[in-house]
Amino acid sequence: MQWSWSFVLSILPDLLRGLVITIEATLLAYPLALVLGLLLEAARRSGPRIARVVSGVTQFIRGTPLLIQLYVIYYIFPDVGIRLPALAAGVLGMGVHYSAYAAEVFRAGIESVPAGQWEAARVVNLTKAQTWRYVVVPQAVRPVVPSFANYLIQLFKETPLLSSITILDLMGEARAVANFHYRYAEPMILVGALFLIVSLIAGAGVRLLERRLHLTTNHSLGRSA
Amino acid sequence: MSAHSWTEYLGLMAQGGIVTVELTLASLAVGTAAASIAGLARISNRAAVRAASRIYIEFFRGSSAFVQLFAAYYLLPFAGIYLSAFACAVLVLGLNIGAYGAENVRSAVLSVRRDQYEACTVLNLTRWQALRRVILPQALPVLTPLFGNNAVELLKATSIVSLITIGDLTFQAQLVRFQTGDTIGPFAVILTVYFVLALAIGAGTRALTRLSRRASVTVTR
Amino acid sequence: MTAPPTLGMGFALAEPARGGRVEFQAVRKAYAGRTVLDDLSFSVKAGEKLAVIGPSGSGKTTILRLLATLDRPDGGEILVDGESLWNEQRGEQRVPASEKHLHHMREKIGMVFQLFNLFPNMTVIDNITLAPVLTKRMKRDEAVERGRGFLLNVGLADKEHAWPDTLSGGQKQRVAIARALALEPQIMLFDEITSALDPELVEEVLNVIQSISRDRAMTMILVTHEMGFARDFADRVIFMDGGAVVEEGPPDAIFGRPSQERTRTFLKKIIAAGYDLSGPIA
Repeated sequence: MQWSWSFVLSILPDLLRGLVITIEATLLAYPLALVLGLLLEAARRSGPRIARVVSGVTQFIRGTPLLIQLYVIYYIFPDVGIRLPALAAGVLGMGVHYSAYAAEVFRAGIESVPAGQWEAARVVNLTKAQTWRYVVVPQAVRPVVPSFANYLIQLFKETPLLSSITILDLMGEARAVANFHYRYAEPMILVGALFLIVSLIAGAGVRLLERRLHLTTNHSLGRSA
Repeated sequence: MSAHSWTEYLGLMAQGGIVTVELTLASLAVGTAAASIAGLARISNRAAVRAASRIYIEFFRGSSAFVQLFAAYYLLPFAGIYLSAFACAVLVLGLNIGAYGAENVRSAVLSVRRDQYEACTVLNLTRWQALRRVILPQALPVLTPLFGNNAVELLKATSIVSLITIGDLTFQAQLVRFQTGDTIGPFAVILTVYFVLALAIGAGTRALTRLSRRASVTVTR
Repeated sequence: MTAPPTLGMGFALAEPARGGRVEFQAVRKAYAGRTVLDDLSFSVKAGEKLAVIGPSGSGKTTILRLLATLDRPDGGEILVDGESLWNEQRGEQRVPASEKHLHHMREKIGMVFQLFNLFPNMTVIDNITLAPVLTKRMKRDEAVERGRGFLLNVGLADKEHAWPDTLSGGQKQRVAIARALALEPQIMLFDEITSALDPELVEEVLNVIQSISRDRAMTMILVTHEMGFARDFADRVIFMDGGAVVEEGPPDAIFGRPSQERTRTFLKKIIAAGYDLSGPIA
């Protein structure tokens, strides 16, 4: 089968439509993940029994495939009365899945703030809220910004899973087009190439971010890379 | 549901479970090999070797396993490569986590303090001697947990193969769902199975990490 | 209170050929745009004990790092026994040194670090025998025999099978010294080797330096803040500031009658910080 540029051109509008959905889904799911993640981490710190429940839940979410979680929200929730449109189900699924990772990142960031900081805040009589806002969070976030950026990229790359619950994202359109015309090469390669390009640019962006935040180290072995 | 359906139902799931485990282990083998080679290549002295490794890593990290699997499954035959769906999946998933593993190797090696490497320099060890006797042994206990996380991600990624008709756990669950109209049952079961498998990998990783601390000991020979 | 280290005999070495001459000629080195060494020249005679003192940032450690081939100089020449360390002659051409050349030159140079840098994944004896076995193709048994001798030299004969993380700072540093000695270099470099030690552990390490210098005709270059020790031990002292040699001479001259204002200022600060220089400062 020969590569056909005219075919590429003809399916481009469909694929771009799909790309828009992909971006929408990413931009909706990621903030959801961050907010839920922060809530999860805050809940975990609020007491030992809640901590165990939260740990169990996040472990479960992180330890089971996103695909199944999407299936559950789209196919099972209606059985208990929650019928969500596909995109909403997809965004919810990805948001919840990635909130478990976000919670871990928040945790790492908060724990990286030395104990001495909390103590110093106490002796100058700051309230808990003030301590969080002015002392802890600014110091906690900086080292983990690259982790957050990397999870954003990872979420973006996993959006093709949405196509399996009938969402016409980039992958969904590609599969639809491929099935309709019985030509798989062009759609698949285009999708792969598009993700690769976005990923490379985003990856370079994250490295730039790390350097700007002075988070890289100079190492005799690493310099050769 | 009659007793008959129950046993069939669980039997099908069990078959799917075995396929999932086989797939995971095979891909893990491929991935570990790829990660070792590409990871060490990444810190090589020769620019061409480093570049080759970098290309491999960026390519496979550049898109999700889902996209790569589909692309390989539909496109390899056109390149004249005829693989079974299973082999195709093992190859793609293996190379995919190999790419992440290679970065883990690099991080683990870089996590060993530069001072250690300088001590090797002043003792006039060659680069390879330094890596083998001093750096890699110290990198191993750092690397093992990272690989362990990778393995869990791999386990989760195997669920995608259900979409290219490989009869793994997810596929069988969908099958049962269509046959019985029962959605909660199959999914509840497979969620539990995946979770248990993930926990097993976690426990295995911890054990391996403990072992790797002991194995990291170097004796001059 | 630990027993004082067993000094003296240990392993008797054949007197090495009188090598170990070092020359720096107009050496330049900058890190990240900041010039640390600018047109630095000095020399060290074979077998000489040289102490390098000066404020932090003066380039003292850089000198050692360039000599130990850890960093490459930006300009100038470093000669070891008349042979260039960082450049080699290929037929007609003078080219930057290859790894092979550096490997060859390194056989004469040993270094002890401020932070010891022992290999945590090996016992003490393995730390000491690793390099001789790998780089000098020594048989393990022979390396262990000799290694035991070096351990005796530094007063740690009983720690042969100990793990580095069970040792005190002073013990770690003594193992590090034994490890460097095991390669029998003609030039030994010591980069502030007591600066990271608790005060009560400093003496044992300095005693070891004294004892190993007695048995051997090695060139020894010490970057140190231990002024009293430098005064006793060194044949010659160099005071560095701002990447250049400000003053050099015998210890009594530098410590007793410094001719440069900067030297005087530096030494006064050191005295104020509590270092005993055992002698009046002019």
